[in-house]
Order: sequence, then structure tokens, then C-alpha cells
Amino acid sequence: MIDLISPFLIYSAIQAATPLLLAAMAGVFCSRVGVFNMALEGQMLVGAFVAVAAGYFTHNAYAGIAAAMVGTMVFSVILAAGSTWFRGNPVVLCIGMNLLASGMTAYFLRLVFGVSGTFTNPAIPLIPRLSLPGLAALGPWGAVLNNQTAVTYVSWLIVVLCTILLFRTPIGLRIRGAGENPEAAVALGVDVDKLQFATVVVSGALVGLGGAQLSLGAVTLFSEDMTAGRGWIALVAIMLARDNPVGAALACLLFGLTDALGLRLQSFGLPNQIATILPYVITLVALVAFAKRKRQLA
Amino acid sequence: MTMATGRPAQIWISLRRPAITGAVGIVVAVLVLALSGVDPLRALSALVYGSLAPANIADTLNWAVPLVGMTLVAAVPLRAGIINLGGDGQMVVGALAAALTAIYLPVPGPLALVLALLAGAMAGSMLALLAAWGETRFGVPLLISSLLLGYPAAGVASYLVSGPLGDLGSGLAQTAQLPLDARLPLLAGVNGGVVLIVLLCVLVIFIDRRTVFGLETQVRGENRLFASYVGINAPLQTLRLMGFAGAIAGSVGAILVLGAFYRFIDGALLSPGYTWSGLMAALVGRGEPIASVLAGFFFAALQTGGFAMQRETSVPRVFTTMMQAVIVLVLTLRFGGRSGRHD
Repeated sequence: MIDLISPFLIYSAIQAATPLLLAAMAGVFCSRVGVFNMALEGQMLVGAFVAVAAGYFTHNAYAGIAAAMVGTMVFSVILAAGSTWFRGNPVVLCIGMNLLASGMTAYFLRLVFGVSGTFTNPAIPLIPRLSLPGLAALGPWGAVLNNQTAVTYVSWLIVVLCTILLFRTPIGLRIRGAGENPEAAVALGVDVDKLQFATVVVSGALVGLGGAQLSLGAVTLFSEDMTAGRGWIALVAIMLARDNPVGAALACLLFGLTDALGLRLQSFGLPNQIATILPYVITLVALVAFAKRKRQLA
Repeated sequence: MTMATGRPAQIWISLRRPAITGAVGIVVAVLVLALSGVDPLRALSALVYGSLAPANIADTLNWAVPLVGMTLVAAVPLRAGIINLGGDGQMVVGALAAALTAIYLPVPGPLALVLALLAGAMAGSMLALLAAWGETRFGVPLLISSLLLGYPAAGVASYLVSGPLGDLGSGLAQTAQLPLDARLPLLAGVNGGVVLIVLLCVLVIFIDRRTVFGLETQVRGENRLFASYVGINAPLQTLRLMGFAGAIAGSVGAILVLGAFYRFIDGALLSPGYTWSGLMAALVGRGEPIASVLAGFFFAALQTGGFAMQRETSVPRVFTTMMQAVIVLVLTLRFGGRSGRHD
């Protein structure tokens, strides 16, 4: 047990939570503005692919990150425009986007790199780890926070910024108003369609950042459907936290921990197929536990 | 939506969406192909020939058997407005149950075949019911739980066939081969399960058109509030629809094992993406069974043609997956329509 709960486990948990966290922040904003975003999975996959492609051609991880953010924003226009000006059904749009992302990334993987399945190459850069001297001095438990990627540190900063933006600024008030009562927001002069469009597209950058962390953060590769349900797990985190950024972030940390725990248990002899299902099982259990509590409150 | 009454303007209104979708789909296809550096006309004709030429019809039908089956899996609940994203998991548990029954049950072949099909249907149904029960009892959204349940289902199946129940001699994650007399026969080169899928289509259409249950399903799909006013028991309806959909998914898994692979091979059921194509087809048909099945058949032809296109022009056949998504996306948009209610 002591071997199991090691500083390295927590380090891995934080690392694994980063893509979830960023997707969840984007989802919180979409949900608050009144567009339930179930396309996080597809957005993250696009981000992961663009990051690898741009990183491969520029040999620069930060160029890969930037491209992933821009590319995912462009992809998000489908949901942003589709659910506002074109009055599409958001659920159908999101399901379509997820399949489109899966097909598109697989298509360009074959077309551009000539491989199917997994693409990896020494030219793909790893996002540099930041070594913070103050943390290193704290010994092994300080090390769990040290040597993470810049994206990980930024992601926790983003949680704070998102909370402030949503609850302490006029734009946050408008976003919440547009989602809670669109008619009233319109009456107060808010262009709800425009606000929803902007929120969905800008939040797409966050999911793209998460995708880049997934494909360039711990590994340097892209494989088909490598997001493996992470977008959906982020969505569950949002639901559990009822659209609260801090709550969603903590839920993501829990799911990151189960991910890391699953990997760790493999070295204790747990078959890898069983280890990899751990996050999904915990997610489902959390959904049921949360639903029960809601029932008692009602 | 009311159908056209014959006046040209009305006909145009009812055809506008499909016409726009078709046009946009072809434009996108041509653009993507041209940008990929191939001759769009050559690629698309290879696609059509590869799916519909007499020599290739059997391939199309073999692809259509699971795809149309998975279309029903999505369309049956969608008719009531319920989205079942768990087809993958339901299909896998059905396939594994069928394979194990056919291999290990000590009964004569033909009986094992029937029991394997039933076991597959039951296993798929149980997994779908678990997701449905989570919603009706605990309020866990079916949309997400059905999908998330698929990962543990596939993971456990993968573990079982790569270890305890696997064909250890082969070194691959798969079960032993099915006994010869417990397999579905080929009918003119087509998976014998085609008969079952046709029967299932007829059954679904019959239930939809001719039974109270079918009517109640449509009522809920049209207007959930009205359905509760007229006293339709929504939780029970959810359980029945999902149980039925899961049974179809399990049967599809069983048919693939009994009529195509003759064993359970880890991953082989999921990699073609039947579940997602089927869901797209059901969305195109908006859950209406005949339209959905036709869309499912169209997608099967599209994907089979993709193989020929890949051979002839080096366009990766996953191109057809993209096109399915494009069609669904364009179909849900409203062009120049009135603003207001999401539809």
C-alpha cells in the first residue's frame, strides 16, 4: 500500500488530469452559456492530431500547442455556428463532430504521414518540463508538483482565471445570463447568438490545449481515437460539479488519479485490460453516487 | 412534419433538406478529394462501382448486415428521443456470449447455434438495460452511461479472450474456433445472418406501424410532455426500448461471430465502426425505421465502395466515415429557415 501511494503516483495523476481539466473548463463555459457541449471528445482528438502534425513539421512543441489551439477553435465553429445561427440540434451536431474528428484525423494520418494506427517519430517534440527550484527543495513530495509541463501549470491557473471570469466580471455575468434565461438576456441587450458563438469557439482553444498535452505532454505520438473517452469523462466531471469550475477541476483530478492508479496497479500484476477500465468504472460509480445524493436532497 | 400535398412549392419544401444535404455532401467530397491530390471523378466512380457493381454486391451486403443491424440499435430508442451511444459495448458482450455458448455448450451444433444467438441477444440486452435502469432508478443520464459502460465491457471481454478463455495456442487475443456445425451458413457469399437482420427490420417496422407500443414510442418522440399527459409510463418505456435495442446489438455481435469470424477476435468487431455508422444512419432517418434502414444501407454501400476507391486511387477509405459525419451535420442545420426553436 505504501508502495502504491507514492509521490510518483500523484505526479502521474496530475499529469493525467491536465487534458481532462482543460476540456472540463471549456465545457463549463459552454454549458453556462447555454450550449451543452458533448463534442469535447472530438475537439480534443483534433487538438491532439494538430499538435503532433505541427510539432513534427516545426520541431517546436510550443508551435504544436499554438496550432492545436487554433485548429480546435476552427473545428469548434461547427458547433458554435450550427447551434446558434443555423438552429441545428446540439446533440446531433456534437455526435456528428465526434465522428468527423475521428474520421478526419484518421484520414489525414494516412494522407500526410502515410500510416494508420499510431504515428510516432523522433521529430515530434515533447513539451519541455519545467523544473521549479523551490519545489525541488521540498523533497519527494515537492517533486509531485515539480517537472510538470508548462501546460499543466497553466491549466491550474486557467481554473482560477475561469472562476474569476465567470463569477466576478461583467462578461461572466452575461455568459451565465445567456444560459440561464436567454429571453431576459436579449431584453437586456445581449446578443445571445453572438455570445454563444464566441464562447464555444474561444473555449475550443482550451480543449485544443488539452489535446496537445495528451499527444505531446507525456508521450510524443498520435494514435487513432487516442482520446479514448476522455472528453466524455470531462463532461461527467462538469455534470458532477454542476457547472462549477473548481468542482469540475477536483473531479478531473480524481479521474486522473484513477487513471494513474490503473497504470500503477499494472506493475503490481493487474492485467492491463482491467487496469485501463478503472477510470470508466470510477466515473460511472461517481455518477450513481452523485445521483443518489441529489435524490435525497430533493 | 407534414408531407407535400403535390403543389410544387410544397414538394420543394419537403425536398429542400435532402437536396441541400446531397449537394453540400458532393461539394465537400469533391473538394476534399481534389485537395488530397486525386481526380474526384475517378475516385467517386471507383466508389460507386466498388459498392454497386454485380460482382461487389455481396461485399456491400456483408457490410450492410451489421451496419443495418446497428442502425436499428440506434433507431429504436431514437424514435422516442432516446440516444443510445452504447452499441459498441452491447455488441461486444453479445458477440462474446455467443462465441462462448457455441464453443463450450455441449449440445448438437444447430441447437448450439440457436442458443448462441439467444445468449448474444440476452447479453446485449442486459448491458443496455443496466444503462437504462441507471437512468430510471438513479437519474444517471443514459446518453453518457450507455457510452461509458462500453469501455469496461470491451475491456473485460478483451481480458477474457487474451487470458482465461482465449485460444492460448494462437498467441492472439481471440477465442478458439467455433465448431463447424455451429456456424451460420453463407448464402451466396453473404453472412447467413442477413435473414435475421431482414426479419429484425420487418419486426421493428411492424412494431412501429401496427402496435400500441410503437405509437406510444412515436408520441414520446414527438412530444415528451404530451406523452406523460396521456399516461405513458416513461421509465418502463425506456427500459423496454433499451432492452430491445440492446438485444438487437447483441444479435449483431452474435451474427458477426457465428457467420463471419467464426470466433471472437478482440477488437475486430469495433474497428469497422458499425455502431457509429448505424447511429449516423438513424439520425439521418430521425429514428423512423424505413428511412433509417435505407440510410444504413446507403452508408454500407458508401463504406464498401471506399475499399475499391482506396485500391484504385489511394484515397484512404476512412474518407467515407468523414462523409457520413458531414451528411449528418449538414442535415441538422437550417438554411435560411425561421429562427427560434431548436429542432
